[in-house]
Amino acid sequence: MALVKVTTPIDEETIRSLHVGDTVSITGRLYTGRDAVHHRIHTGTKPPVDLEGHIIYHCGPVMVKENDQWVCKAAGPTTSSREEPYQHEVIRDYHIRGVIGKGGMGEKTLAACKQYGAVYLHAIGGAAQVCANSIKRVDGVDWMDLGSPEAIWHLWVEDFMAIVTMDAHGKSLHQQVFEESKARLEALRA
Amino acid sequence: MTATAPLREAVPQSALFDSILELIRRTSTILPDDVVRAVTSARKQEAPGSNADVALDVIGCNIGLARDNSLPLCQDTGTILFYVHTPVGYDQLEFEETATEAVREATRKGYLRQNSVDSVTGKNTGDNTGPGSPVFHFHQWREPHVEVKLMLKGGGCENMNAQYSLPDPRLGGRDLAGVENAILDCILNAQGQGCGPGILGVCIGGDRGTGYGFAKEQLLRELDDTNGDPLLADLEKRVVEKANQSGIGPMGFGGKTTLLACKIGKQNRLPASFFVSIAYMCWAYRRRGANLDAQGNVSEWLY
Repeated sequence: MALVKVTTPIDEETIRSLHVGDTVSITGRLYTGRDAVHHRIHTGTKPPVDLEGHIIYHCGPVMVKENDQWVCKAAGPTTSSREEPYQHEVIRDYHIRGVIGKGGMGEKTLAACKQYGAVYLHAIGGAAQVCANSIKRVDGVDWMDLGSPEAIWHLWVEDFMAIVTMDAHGKSLHQQVFEESKARLEALRA
Repeated sequence: MTATAPLREAVPQSALFDSILELIRRTSTILPDDVVRAVTSARKQEAPGSNADVALDVIGCNIGLARDNSLPLCQDTGTILFYVHTPVGYDQLEFEETATEAVREATRKGYLRQNSVDSVTGKNTGDNTGPGSPVFHFHQWREPHVEVKLMLKGGGCENMNAQYSLPDPRLGGRDLAGVENAILDCILNAQGQGCGPGILGVCIGGDRGTGYGFAKEQLLRELDDTNGDPLLADLEKRVVEKANQSGIGPMGFGGKTTLLACKIGKQNRLPASFFVSIAYMCWAYRRRGANLDAQGNVSEWLY
């Protein structure tokens, strides 16, 4: 398990060098995108930003406008499994190299990570202040018609920490923990 | 000419408004002591340097940052649930109007995220109000004061709630063994998605609606209390012990702490029905309360 510093946009080789259990420290641009964004892209609308080599952050931040400037008040990850119906195609079509979220994703996304070279990065759910501390600027926003939590926020982050829980080699920590916990709980049945 | 009547801009100046706004701020930004204690002692169970240890370390830092900077613990400030006890004759409508205004103000200040979305059009009202938001549960009592409790329950954990109807060939019959297996099934399915280590509120019985409501009300209990019903106290203990042997761990990373607590209540049921309703609460277990005097000032903070 290694600590790997990466800068966005990221190349495929760097992504394929990561393994489940590695901690990644990210610096650069992150784009938020959650349910409504994925649904809209999946139904054929082109994203308003170039996602090539970038990371999508499953996050609906608390944003407040102060002196005409957006300020991020809280920004932890949201549950990623809701993007499972869309994520594979979004990775394939827009060449994103990773998603940050919580709770992990399913087999379709895992297959996309392997085939196209991407990783799933797990931030700590609920830790909205620790995450927000790494967000140094809010550089813009698109698709505000979806409402603030669902919009595409352009964040500039420094040393945003996340753990690789699904890698580009077909390995998923979530799959492993599920199988193990299932067996243990079966044995503990009343 | 404006197309619509101007919105009420003026913020009502009342002690009740100020008290509720402060209750919302505290609930969103300061985790209750009993929860902080449980999270802190959980970390001691985990292997130093493991992913579980790292997760609980980050959670600990987050609790401090939110408190010190008066900012939301979690960006999902959740469903806004008020549980209010009022003396006979108290004007509950006025309470509801004032609390709703306080919710609007808390949203403007960034203590609450804009979290109220039209379920058909997808339009966000922008101020946390609208049909069903915020939620009020009023009860009368014969005490002279008002007691208001507030719970902010995030969507990630709310999505992990589950309701079982027993008997179930997979889980068992209409007995405590069946109930226990249903709860363990909920824990297995939730994995890390509800932002564990979690806390469960459970209702045995009731109908489908009241069962879920009563399960959530179990989360108003103190984490270290003891259930007055010895059978349920035993079940609570057993569920936590078994959950923590599952290896799911904080965030589903693997580890020893899957549940911080389980609180179980019961309601009578119809002969035909036997529901087990489970409310999964995340570690960011935001619930606070206050007693209010006749003017609406806080006389005592709860939790």
